[in-house]
Amino acid sequence: MELNVVELSRLQFALTAMYHFLFVPLTLGLSILVAIMETVYVMTNRPIWRQMTKFWGLLFGINFALGVATGITMEFQFGMNWSYYSHYVGDIFGAPLALEGMMAFFLEATFVGLFFFGWDKLSKLAHLAVAWLVAIGSNFSALWILIANGWMQNPVGAEFNPETMRMEMTNFFDVIFNTVAQAKFVHTVSAGYVTASVFMLGVSAWYLLKGRHIELARRSIAVASAFGLASALSVVVLGDESGYSASHTQKMKLAAIEAMWDTHPAPAPFTAIGFPNREARETHYAVEIPWVMGLIGTRSLTEEIPGINQLVEEAEVNIRSGLIAYDALMTIRTERDETPADIRAKFEAHSDNLGFALLLKRYVDDPRDATEQQIAQAADDTVPGVAPVFWAFRIMVGLGFTFIAVMLYFFYRASFRGMQFPRWALRGAVAIIPAPWIAAELGWFVSEYGRQPWTVDGVLPTALSASHLSVMDLLITLAGFTAFYSVLFVIEMALMLKYIRKGPFEDVEETDAWTIRHEHRLRTHDGKDPFASDAAEPGSAPLSNARHPGATPAE
Amino acid sequence: MILSDLIELETLRVIWWALMGVLLIAFALTDGFDMGVGTLLPFVAKTDVERRIVINTVGPVWEGNQVWFILGGGAIFAAWPPLYAASFSGFYLAMFALLAALILRPVAFKYRSKRESTAWRAGWDRALFVGSSVPALLFGVAVGNVLLGVPFYLTDDLMPMYEGNFAMKFLGLLRPFALLAGVVSLSMLVMHGAAWLSLKAEGPLAARARAIGTYAGMIAAATYALAGLWLAVGIDGFAIQGEVVRDGPSNPLYSTVIHGGSWLSAYSDRPWIAIAPLMGFVGIALAVLGLRAGREVSTLLWSKLAITGIISSVGLTMFPFILPSTVRPDSSLTVWDASSSHLTLFVMLVAGAIFLPIIMAYTAWVYKVLWGKVTEDDVSEQSY
Repeated sequence: MELNVVELSRLQFALTAMYHFLFVPLTLGLSILVAIMETVYVMTNRPIWRQMTKFWGLLFGINFALGVATGITMEFQFGMNWSYYSHYVGDIFGAPLALEGMMAFFLEATFVGLFFFGWDKLSKLAHLAVAWLVAIGSNFSALWILIANGWMQNPVGAEFNPETMRMEMTNFFDVIFNTVAQAKFVHTVSAGYVTASVFMLGVSAWYLLKGRHIELARRSIAVASAFGLASALSVVVLGDESGYSASHTQKMKLAAIEAMWDTHPAPAPFTAIGFPNREARETHYAVEIPWVMGLIGTRSLTEEIPGINQLVEEAEVNIRSGLIAYDALMTIRTERDETPADIRAKFEAHSDNLGFALLLKRYVDDPRDATEQQIAQAADDTVPGVAPVFWAFRIMVGLGFTFIAVMLYFFYRASFRGMQFPRWALRGAVAIIPAPWIAAELGWFVSEYGRQPWTVDGVLPTALSASHLSVMDLLITLAGFTAFYSVLFVIEMALMLKYIRKGPFEDVEETDAWTIRHEHRLRTHDGKDPFASDAAEPGSAPLSNARHPGATPAE
Repeated sequence: MILSDLIELETLRVIWWALMGVLLIAFALTDGFDMGVGTLLPFVAKTDVERRIVINTVGPVWEGNQVWFILGGGAIFAAWPPLYAASFSGFYLAMFALLAALILRPVAFKYRSKRESTAWRAGWDRALFVGSSVPALLFGVAVGNVLLGVPFYLTDDLMPMYEGNFAMKFLGLLRPFALLAGVVSLSMLVMHGAAWLSLKAEGPLAARARAIGTYAGMIAAATYALAGLWLAVGIDGFAIQGEVVRDGPSNPLYSTVIHGGSWLSAYSDRPWIAIAPLMGFVGIALAVLGLRAGREVSTLLWSKLAITGIISSVGLTMFPFILPSTVRPDSSLTVWDASSSHLTLFVMLVAGAIFLPIIMAYTAWVYKVLWGKVTEDDVSEQSY
């Protein structure tokens, strides 16, 4: 990688966005899971559910703080590092960001304080409403951010204005009801729900393995596995919806994900595994499953999906068309109102491809001076790194199916096998805790890296989007963010682990007293002796959070 | 869309200019006391319990307050894209420092009381101080720089460019006048934080806050007056030359701007704007008197009046300029040539008209729930 401002700005954006995205998925899912638990508490009045709400709420809070803190960077980084991008598409892209602030972030941030401080100040129902408002706010937040991101993938409802040298919004509803944005939203929030479910499942499994907080852990597994199963199914189904919409809007990204070099007669096969080689334009050792790709991408057996080589040829045609638009634009800019009508008409006819002409700016100041070779090069640039997205996509999908299997298993054991979980399964649940984060980051990577060389697909090349900064500026902030974020990460992890080890510590006496009474009632109803030994089957030790040392604060 | 023609572009631009001011003021009024309280923390609280009380006066609300800043950023992006593009990249390293400070704050709030260790807590207390005082100072420095003009220009493609090397991007901002403006904002927010503590805390803690707040108020008044004087005698203003087109396309290069004359000529053109600095001085005076007399609610309101006046005075003095350029004045951004399109301004105005009242309503409800003094008994396991 060349050490220039654009590449460093990309690196910094990737670093800060992917770091931010470590906290976002857990916030999205845990906010809902906590609200569900509090709902059960309010409906049943059982203290154990309040304890669960507070315990998972505390972990939510630790995670939320860093999500908010790192989100501040994102809001300003477009202006700091991507000033031409901000100028060029701010008229459209800025709106969903501002709406996110107004509709979503305000909601979650205002009520999250009351969630933690309001237990004694609010009625039960009011506090429950607060918990749900936090959850709704967080999830709305994702909606607006993905509408903004969806527009970068599929820029609808906007056109170029030669007078202001930027894209301007022509239809607000096209922007918010962008099909790509809708599919991405549900896919992303579902991924967040899976992340939180796997997290909750893993932590609870660890408690069961240690024989601690059994009541809390089992109920948490019941909630997490049911919610996680629905979410894991939704991730895959909506991921498929994303693929379907990509086949119509981002053909190059889809072709790169599939490492599909040549257009295949319909229905195209799905390359399950292989080694894409960009120079040779072929995929070595490809294992293909016939028909599947055609079905996913087009939901038909007759529609063709274009391959990379064909799309490069199309890009070259678009570049030439874009050059006509660029030439007309230069006249319009100097003549303004005196521009001859035929030049205006020429511009209108070709303005959709203006972005392709801008691809040449990497090589020449004035795209009209580009040589044939440079045009061919620019067309070739429209192919993203094939092998990275090919592999990232496959790992992500593999993990997605794994989550379905895991959730299905635990849901089955929790619902139909009396909450008995074999130790190997519990160990497995602990081991896969990091997996959803890997899947989420890979998903981000496929989506954003797969969009290259564009910041806004077909409209604005990445190479043109960055700010006028020096390499030194970038090195300073890159080093600063790396150091700062690493320290925060260590602190965050340490706190998370500390509070997971500590376990629930609020309302312990009240909850334990209730648990004992509750067990007593259950046994009496069964006609069993309430004071008989509770040494039932191993792994099902029924009670008491208070008996083991972990329940009291260790420090 | 025909609906958007209901309001003329010129009117929308003025409304959005005012709304940008409203958002900045809302941020200063709410998150302003958080920053003031964070700055006061090492000086007013002597024991860990006192420190926890101080932090808990803002603990449940700072997160919501901070959203005014995020929303301000988003609104500038949506309504004034050229300003968003030119200012944040021009102030690059200063923005980084600001972000780092602002990131420290939420983390410090959340993590401080999660461990008993004294060193751990002392470390986060310092982080809170830095995360509160540095932004409070830098916001003023940024405003001072905007008044002085920024060394940027726009290419024919409207790409913002800067003169000066990377070190200048930060050190170059620390010009004497800008630093003075920084002192105004820092002292003003410390006064505001003191007014908040006087309302939310009791006993010696509140007394200490009031004592420091009194001095901060006096410094704010003195530096604000000095800055006004400096503007009158030592700093050139900017003016649009020739016919002013108010509803033209948002291309700053279409207008001609001269760097010269005085910013304060605005006060002879529009004498009514003198009400803003007047509000500033009167607000500070009454807030200082209130702090001395130990009045609580009214002091906070006077402090709010002072902040509203001081921030408004900057905007009203510069109108219609929002980011003047020193190196090529023609590139200066004004209300008339740096906005979003007609449609975007209209859509965002509709959204703002719906959601800002809702936000204010539920924020008011949250403050009502949390009304009352924070005492030693309130500082429990769940708090900061």
